[in-house]
Amino acid sequence: MAVIKEAATKKTKRPELDEGGMGYLQSLPRRVVTVYLPLLVFVIVLLFPFYWMTITAVKPNLEMTDYANFNPFWVVHPTLEHIRYLLFDTSYPGWLLNTIIISTAATFLSLLAAVFAAYAIERLRFSGARQVGLAVFLAYLVPPSILFIPLSVMVFNLGLYDTPFALILTYPTFLVPFCTWLLMGYFRSIPFELEECALIDGASRWQILTKIVLPLSVPGLISAGIFAFTLSWNEFIYALTFIQSSENKTVPVGVLTELVRSDVYEWGALMAGALIGSLPVVVLYSFFVEHYVSSMTGAVKE
Amino acid sequence: MAVPTAAVQPRPSIPSRILSSWAESRNALGFGFMLPAAALLLVFLTYPLGLGVWLGFTDARIGRPGIFIGTENYQYLWDDAVFWLSVFNTLLYTISASILKFALGLWLALILNQNLPFKSFFRAIVLLPWVVPTVLSAIAFWWIYDSQFSILSWALMEMGLIDHRINFLGDPENARASVIAANVWRGIPFVAITLLAGLQTIPQSLYEAATLDGASRWQLFRYVTLPLLTPIIAITMTFSVLFTFTDFQLIYVLTRGGPVNATHLMATLSFQRGISGGQLGEGAAIAVAMIPFLLAAILFSYFGLQRRKWQQGGGD
Repeated sequence: MAVIKEAATKKTKRPELDEGGMGYLQSLPRRVVTVYLPLLVFVIVLLFPFYWMTITAVKPNLEMTDYANFNPFWVVHPTLEHIRYLLFDTSYPGWLLNTIIISTAATFLSLLAAVFAAYAIERLRFSGARQVGLAVFLAYLVPPSILFIPLSVMVFNLGLYDTPFALILTYPTFLVPFCTWLLMGYFRSIPFELEECALIDGASRWQILTKIVLPLSVPGLISAGIFAFTLSWNEFIYALTFIQSSENKTVPVGVLTELVRSDVYEWGALMAGALIGSLPVVVLYSFFVEHYVSSMTGAVKE
Repeated sequence: MAVPTAAVQPRPSIPSRILSSWAESRNALGFGFMLPAAALLLVFLTYPLGLGVWLGFTDARIGRPGIFIGTENYQYLWDDAVFWLSVFNTLLYTISASILKFALGLWLALILNQNLPFKSFFRAIVLLPWVVPTVLSAIAFWWIYDSQFSILSWALMEMGLIDHRINFLGDPENARASVIAANVWRGIPFVAITLLAGLQTIPQSLYEAATLDGASRWQLFRYVTLPLLTPIIAITMTFSVLFTFTDFQLIYVLTRGGPVNATHLMATLSFQRGISGGQLGEGAAIAVAMIPFLLAAILFSYFGLQRRKWQQGGGD
């Protein structure tokens, strides 16, 4: 992918003069049909489920099922009843807390391991570093869906079943390869000369890592951390398999398995649960959206 | 760079020199630095992968370690119509969802690559479906697809396009289409944003030169955009295909494999047999059966990529 990488650096160096390209050649009506209209449709379709989630979460049950008298797209008497029920009459706050603890711990564990691994592969260049780098990439391609059965046997034999540690220790299986891969790309962008200077001045590898490389890669660490946190927050199959008791569940599993009882679906509470469960990652994402987009595309490009 | 001069040590004693020469050796240091990640991955990824293959050859159940039974699980699966149905469903789901994601994602990327007002705002909101937890957005789709109160049915009926409610998840054909639609909805942003990044690396001067040579808009796309975008398309679609093929969450939330196994994917069947049904050996065998497909997808894109690099004269 060296070609793209070069092109990418060229792009960033280019002045913003031709930002519009040849867009001025298009007439306005043509642009409306070819650009604005399809964009509008895309945005509506992509955002509608969120709107529907939000509006259902604040709808009283009466309006939710009576389409004849109330327009389903709007809410006449918004209510916080579903959210109150969710926060005070279910274990939802506990699931939130579990998810926060598990995601944070798994993220820190993975980042720690990934920083050292990425630095060793990218900069120490020990013999076989290339092969190890490839192995890390292949490890990322191993999907949780083929690992959950043997992992559940292991988790059970280790006595971790139904504890948060089952998830904290298994989430790194997909977080470490991902973070390592992302950080390798980031370390590659730090000039070698800085490290050589430090080596001449007598700094040890450890000092180089902690005093030069890490401070320079804070943006990379932030994006790797956000990614890892989001991935662990969204994880489902391990959490579903390794956790049994209600109070140890994470948000995605708890909402699906505990809020759905028999045939009477509490749609309002379900939607409120989905909405509140999505909020932390959305807020985190909106703060760091530029990091997020650039490192996501960067990780794919490498 | 203000590297602290305190880092320069006075000449150390002999044992610490041995220690420091060890610390300067690339291989030893590399080994030490790799240790945490390697330990985590070997214990929780490589070992389970091997254990999974082993379990596929045993009759292990939950709470009972199995004994080696050879290929009995695979022979059983070979004659199992539900297993073959799940293979068919998985292929159908992966292929149709990937094609749709690619077509719509590329279209969205081309739109976002235009000079738009609020460009970064659009780019940010378009990614939302990909950011929120799949299970939680799938729950929203569950409600959208509800047999009685589906907003889609209601809207279509109000517009006079249909005269009765659509049974989205109760009818085999509809259920397949519904889960594919939900998967495409979630996958478009990823494809669009990565392809957009690829599009932005194509120099405008190429388009200008082609336009001066009289190229039409279609020719611009076909002979400039597409060839330059091919490498990133290959990578993006490999990821997309792998994640779609091994999908579990969406199906588990929306249909749990029903109606009459019409939407069972290999991953959900593996969970149903292995965890819910307690037949760990059989579940593991189904999971192992996914590996050849995954390898084929990876090799396909790997060799596809190689040729492209060579064509563009790129090294490595």
